[in-house]
Amino acid sequence: MELVIINLLDGLVMGLLLFMLSSGLTLIFSMMGVLNFAHASFYMLGAYFGYQISQYVGFWPGLIIAPVLVGCGGALIERYGLRRVHKFGHVPELIFTFGLALLIEEVVQFIWGKSQMAYDEPAVLNFALFSIGGNEFPAYKVFMIFIAVGIFLVLLYILTRTRVGLVIQAALSYPDTVQNLGHNVPLVFMGVFGVGTALAGLAGVIAGPSLGTFPGMAFLLGSIVFVTIVVGGLGSLWGALLASLLIGWLLTFAASYNVHMSDVLTAIGFTPPEDMAEHFLRDLWTLTMPQIGPILPYILMVLILIVRPRGLMGKREV
Amino acid sequence: MTAAIELMDVRKNFGLAEIIRGVDLRIERAERHAIIGPNGAGKSTLFNLITGKYGLTGGTIKLHGEDVGGLKPFEISRRGLSRSFQITNIFANMTVFENLRCGLLWSMGYKYSFWTLVDRQSRLTERAEELLEQINLGDRRDTIAGVLTYAEQRALEIGITIAGGADVIMLDEPTAGMSHSETAAMVQLIRKVTEGKTLVMVEHDMGVIFDVADRISVLVYGEIIESDTPEVVRASAKVKEAYLGSSLDEADA
Amino acid sequence: MTAIKSTDRAAAATSGSAVLKRFAPWIIAALFLLFLPVIFASGSALTIMNQMAITIVFALAYNMLLGQGGMLSFGHAVYMGLGGFFCVHLMNMVAAEEWFLPIPLLPLFGGIFGLAFAMVIGFFSTRRAGTVFAMISLGIGELIAACSIIIVVFFGGEEGISGDRTMGPEIFGLDFGSQIEVYYLTAAWLLVSAAAMYFYSRTPIGRLANAVRDNEERAEFLGYSQRYVRLISFCASGFFAGIAGGLFAINFEILTEENLNLVTSGTILLITFLGGVGFFIGPIIGAIFFTLLQTVLSLYTEIWQLYVGALFVLTVMFFPGGMSGLLFMHVRPYQLGKLNILFLPYLKTFLPATAAILGGVGFLEIAFHAKNASVGDQMMTLFWLTFDSHGLIPWLVCVLLAIVGGYLACRMAPLLRDAWDEANSLVAN
Repeated sequence: MELVIINLLDGLVMGLLLFMLSSGLTLIFSMMGVLNFAHASFYMLGAYFGYQISQYVGFWPGLIIAPVLVGCGGALIERYGLRRVHKFGHVPELIFTFGLALLIEEVVQFIWGKSQMAYDEPAVLNFALFSIGGNEFPAYKVFMIFIAVGIFLVLLYILTRTRVGLVIQAALSYPDTVQNLGHNVPLVFMGVFGVGTALAGLAGVIAGPSLGTFPGMAFLLGSIVFVTIVVGGLGSLWGALLASLLIGWLLTFAASYNVHMSDVLTAIGFTPPEDMAEHFLRDLWTLTMPQIGPILPYILMVLILIVRPRGLMGKREV
Repeated sequence: MTAAIELMDVRKNFGLAEIIRGVDLRIERAERHAIIGPNGAGKSTLFNLITGKYGLTGGTIKLHGEDVGGLKPFEISRRGLSRSFQITNIFANMTVFENLRCGLLWSMGYKYSFWTLVDRQSRLTERAEELLEQINLGDRRDTIAGVLTYAEQRALEIGITIAGGADVIMLDEPTAGMSHSETAAMVQLIRKVTEGKTLVMVEHDMGVIFDVADRISVLVYGEIIESDTPEVVRASAKVKEAYLGSSLDEADA
Repeated sequence: MTAIKSTDRAAAATSGSAVLKRFAPWIIAALFLLFLPVIFASGSALTIMNQMAITIVFALAYNMLLGQGGMLSFGHAVYMGLGGFFCVHLMNMVAAEEWFLPIPLLPLFGGIFGLAFAMVIGFFSTRRAGTVFAMISLGIGELIAACSIIIVVFFGGEEGISGDRTMGPEIFGLDFGSQIEVYYLTAAWLLVSAAAMYFYSRTPIGRLANAVRDNEERAEFLGYSQRYVRLISFCASGFFAGIAGGLFAINFEILTEENLNLVTSGTILLITFLGGVGFFIGPIIGAIFFTLLQTVLSLYTEIWQLYVGALFVLTVMFFPGGMSGLLFMHVRPYQLGKLNILFLPYLKTFLPATAAILGGVGFLEIAFHAKNASVGDQMMTLFWLTFDSHGLIPWLVCVLLAIVGGYLACRMAPLLRDAWDEANSLVAN
């Protein structure tokens, strides 16, 4: 039981982290029709910027400065890169952001090298806040939860209570009508892209110390984030939240319960083959839960696509 | 004899908005039928319902007596109905000739063939060349469609539409945005290529309508308020009311 | 043969010279491939050429999707990889004499396996084009790559699986023990596959793939289901990718997770796009260019991938037609006899631009050396010059070169643009 609670909390951390990325991605996608392949790269930049800033002035200023820097970078890239490619259509835009992801990874490797950075939690939060049944729960993770929930509430407030939010909501529901709203559309696009990437940057700053800051972190999380928004339903913020949490828990629980496939198979009445080392199903028999954990999100995605192509909460058919 | 197109109590809602509110319409074979109505009356929506672009909310649509409600556009197209679009809808990166050839492929039985080379199909090439002459774009054969003039693109649009030899042709505002002389040429083209076929068109230019149509239906707020010969429609009080008496009189002048 | 019919207009023109004209490019290509090893006979050249040929087949297959069908895939390595894995298994079965199969036919089976898998995946992934298709391809790609670690029976886990191509039955005394035999086998498959892919693009379904790419709605109203058209393109592309996989299996005799993952899928996108998606020859140019870059540039600099990444992003932004697009842009000025107008403006723009690029490259190289060289080793060699990477002068030279060159190039750009407009205008000068 204690393990369940710990896992629930760990999964919540993972899920909220995913949501910080998938919400920005969803906003950008719904408004601009662009799927930002480089979204996780901005998350990585957030972590590296946060690390670099923490080297000079400590963790806390980085929490503010790094996302702002990443957001500005994102806005500039939208203004001078994406907008240029926009006229060629959505596929070239996607290729552009893919190229951007490659380039950012190379640039990061060029500046910071290939090894993991010593980016640590601030000392203030480096203790176990409580423990459940012998499992300690670090204060930093609680801090992550608070930040993520805080961001979520701010986002919710902006979207439902402000003028800009209403424009964005209108654009979410009727993508074709944004042009007719009489707003400065290019500026709104630049703003949304900037804010979306800043959110990713913030996620990077707070995830960097706990998940590790290294050049592969973007692609590692990136594909999961894409899976998340497909599962949640393209263009649906609530879907993104639901799917983020679902996948967060899926990953955490799968990693911590060492269920052996052989036990499952024997339980439902199969007998293990005698020539296990040679048998063609030996991989199935030796499978364990932590092994298949990382591929569960993809399996979930394929299932969703077959059963419910528009995703959990999506309105538009995929 | 079964009608070319028959609509029975056709309805379409977008969310809560009722755009088409119970349309009954019967268009006979070889008839030239025009649908008119003020902006926002649902003319294009009705077109999109008949051609399968939108799903029906209610009612029945029959093509040559066969229920085609709920079929996909390509299935309806294979049953002999072809359409043009209000906004020019051609293959902009292909040459004029290739555009027409694409329009021919299905009707000439090539289906999804990957074992025949299109360039070596003499019948196909001949037919495409004939079409090219028919729509008067012979000298633009190898021009990329995207760089044609507007009037030429509209003509090509008609060409693609009739290429498949469909016997029901639906044209959505074929003369929209054209000059006087271009319009006259277009009307002539339409007459020429739809001879003996059923023609349904949405049009704003009353001159064109009274020139071409055998019968006219007036669509107002998703309902047909009048459907009869041009003379009757012109005299109809209901129609005059809907149009505030303006456009019809202008057309008379 | 349809060409024999007397009514056939095309056939009427099909005299001996027309036939020759149609097949000339293929005959030239065949002769070129035949004599290439005579010029480049070294072992490493053969290795590079084999790799190039395999990449060309894969890139052409990929372009059936991207260029002709308008479908962007982030997971196409799967079809090549699976075809390859299947072929290694077949190779091992042949070696164990459980099966009789001449090794040269192996790629065909790789293709069939790629095709079968593409059918399964394409069934639900081709429902929509564009972004959604791209996402699904990414997800499937990651899924298969991750599965390859788990399913040891088929994929061999992290070590992958390996085979031995020389254990097959000898055909005409060939056992493919030497590189040159593998080269000719690969070249033959390259020629056959490229021709097949080219002719595919000239069939009704090939033309419709273009139509659906340009305007899927219009294609539907012409009687074609956009979904079927995409599915068929997808399967055909999977087939040829599988052939590339089979060639890979024969050439390298080992396949690992690397052949399935996002890096490989992304690389083929990069190659195809750099070469240009708009022309059949584009992916061929891209594959040759990239393989050279990979093998030659990597000898000289450790940060070659940074350059490739920058080149890719710049290509997407400024030359969406890729290299073949740039090349074919000059056809019209050539036809108008106005290429000479462009010569001087090109020279005036490209000289400073080259200087600027050299300056930028120099800056990056010096920075990289200064940061990563071992302590005490401050001397570096760049463009045949040896200097101290910690000194100020080299930095200054590079920065100056970059700024002045860049400034001059920007000043000259309008000149080039005017010349370009003039070269493309019909009005005689």
